[in-house]
Amino acid sequence: MSFLDIENATKSYGAARVLNETNISVEEGEFLVLVGPSGCGKSTLLNMIAGLETVTSGEIRIRGKRMNEVKPAERNIAMVFQSYALYPNMTVRGNISFGMEMQGVPKPEREKKIAEVADLLQIKPFLDRKPGQLSGGQRQRVAMGRALTRDPDLFLFDEPLSNLDAKLRVDMRTEIKKLHQKLGTTIVYVTHDQIEALTLSTRIAVMFGGDVQQLGTPDEIYNNPVNMFVAGFMGSPSMNLLAATLRQGADGMEVELARPDASKVRLPFSAATTQADLSDMDGREVVFGIRPEALTDSEGATPASQAIHYADILVDVVEPAGSDTFVTVTLGGKDAIGRLRANAKAVAGKTFTFAFDMEKAMLFDPETQQRIA
Amino acid sequence: MSTATRSNPWGRLALYLVLGLFCIYYLTPLYVMLINSFKPLGEITSGGMVALPQDWTSEPWQKAWSEAQVGVEATGLRPYFINSFLMVIPAVAITTILGALNGYVLTKWSFRGSTLIFGFILFGCFIPFQVVLIPMARTLGLLGLAGSVPGLVFVHVVYGISFSTLYFRNYYTSFPTELVRAAQIDGAGFFTIFWRIMLPSSGPIAVVCVIWLFTNIWNDFLFGASFSDFDSQPMTVALNNLVQSSTGVKEYNVHFAGAIIAALPTLLVYVVAGRFFVRGLMSGSVKG
Repeated sequence: MSFLDIENATKSYGAARVLNETNISVEEGEFLVLVGPSGCGKSTLLNMIAGLETVTSGEIRIRGKRMNEVKPAERNIAMVFQSYALYPNMTVRGNISFGMEMQGVPKPEREKKIAEVADLLQIKPFLDRKPGQLSGGQRQRVAMGRALTRDPDLFLFDEPLSNLDAKLRVDMRTEIKKLHQKLGTTIVYVTHDQIEALTLSTRIAVMFGGDVQQLGTPDEIYNNPVNMFVAGFMGSPSMNLLAATLRQGADGMEVELARPDASKVRLPFSAATTQADLSDMDGREVVFGIRPEALTDSEGATPASQAIHYADILVDVVEPAGSDTFVTVTLGGKDAIGRLRANAKAVAGKTFTFAFDMEKAMLFDPETQQRIA
Repeated sequence: MSTATRSNPWGRLALYLVLGLFCIYYLTPLYVMLINSFKPLGEITSGGMVALPQDWTSEPWQKAWSEAQVGVEATGLRPYFINSFLMVIPAVAITTILGALNGYVLTKWSFRGSTLIFGFILFGCFIPFQVVLIPMARTLGLLGLAGSVPGLVFVHVVYGISFSTLYFRNYYTSFPTELVRAAQIDGAGFFTIFWRIMLPSSGPIAVVCVIWLFTNIWNDFLFGASFSDFDSQPMTVALNNLVQSSTGVKEYNVHFAGAIIAALPTLLVYVVAGRFFVRGLMSGSVKG
């Protein structure tokens, strides 16, 4: 039994199933992020935890207690909505105290709690303003303040940052993380932004098409994706997924990628790279996955890697981005992006020697999309 | 594109002239009513309809208000004026609240078939008054409300609900559902959410609804004439009786005064709440 158990939970609207059997266990104090593209079922799952949507089958438990039939107000949860959902007719103070009022908390205690929360989130100067008079970031703080007053078992966040501008989003992200570290409350957080997922979470559930594709720590999700969807969704720029063929080389298996001029690049994919047994896969079509930071220039390659391999490839486009330079090449019939150091000497239209960090490379089955190695 | 151009002063003048003419055109009837209500009857019958009174008098107003022969007794319009208020205030309040409640349920607690039910409610907007006269008379009789002010309130509530539901449903459609959900998590129940969150945010549409209902119910003649008794007649019916009374001379000055008294409340409601009216009708069309 964990703090929050989601056991075989499903959701259907009539005949349409939006969430397939889902099993997630969250320990106390964890920060779980549900991430995925829109329509993947992440918000539905969050609403089911909140009690705003019914559970079609399966069970949701908080502290071991079945929650399926419990009203939202009695689950001891607090939720922060994407639109903040501040009551427009009440002042900030009214918004924060409304929940406590509904729970029958006596007035002096409410005042004390409001002062506490206002201090924590620095919203004291606008306690008596209406939400309409606040900026996006301030509203966001008030929405969190309202959630905080409840001392909930569980915090639920539904894309809380997606209405903010880019800079504020980064600031608020840090604040949410600070808040979690300070309070240690269990959080379930929904977002479609994979950066938010990686930076905030202690664990991530990547969702797609009503299924949890992979559940793991940010490190596992990023470095060991189980399938092509997770590999492609997490990370920015996303992982290069290139058509390739496995070949038997002199020292074990090699990955063969086609250059635009039909010549081949061969990269060893052997014991140093993977534990998987590829010995009988000669000639097999695979998808070769490599992240941009593992496709770099020779000085940029991490010295710790046991398996750096070099290849000359024609450069199509060079995009200097300040701290890094992104280079696009054509490999295996698709665009591949490499991330070089800012001062790398790549020039569009000329060949450049790329360093492939094969320790970070992966192979996927093009049919099932699952990871092979 | 040209920047702000200085317009031709003659064009301006012509514009104001035309506008002024139209104003006079529209205000003439009101002017005639007003000045004649302050004249002794003799001045009207001697042919000076448009002239200002030579002898100002408030007697016609007094007469219309408290002395004129309207029904059996010479009570003036006063009791009927009170009847109208006794009818219109509860009718407007009940209809508005019920409409808001309907709109709230239809948008935020929608259930299987709620669109169909809304369709049926809307249907009520298109039923002509005359069609329901006889069935309604029977219903009022069965309910024991025939010929009473509560009976009239009932009729107007039944007729008004379609409109008030339409107004509030459309207004609440654009009201963020997340607010209702947030309130649910905060622990507010169905009615608490309605009273504390929905209604306080419904100002503009409530004003539209109140003006619409108030004007319609106050000005209604057909239901008033059909379903009321001598002691429950609304203002409109009484005014008709005053003007139509066949005994003695026609006291035009009293009729004018009575007509103005009858029109005052709707005028007042519009002046007080009118600026919200346009705002309410426009709400939702513009972001903000």
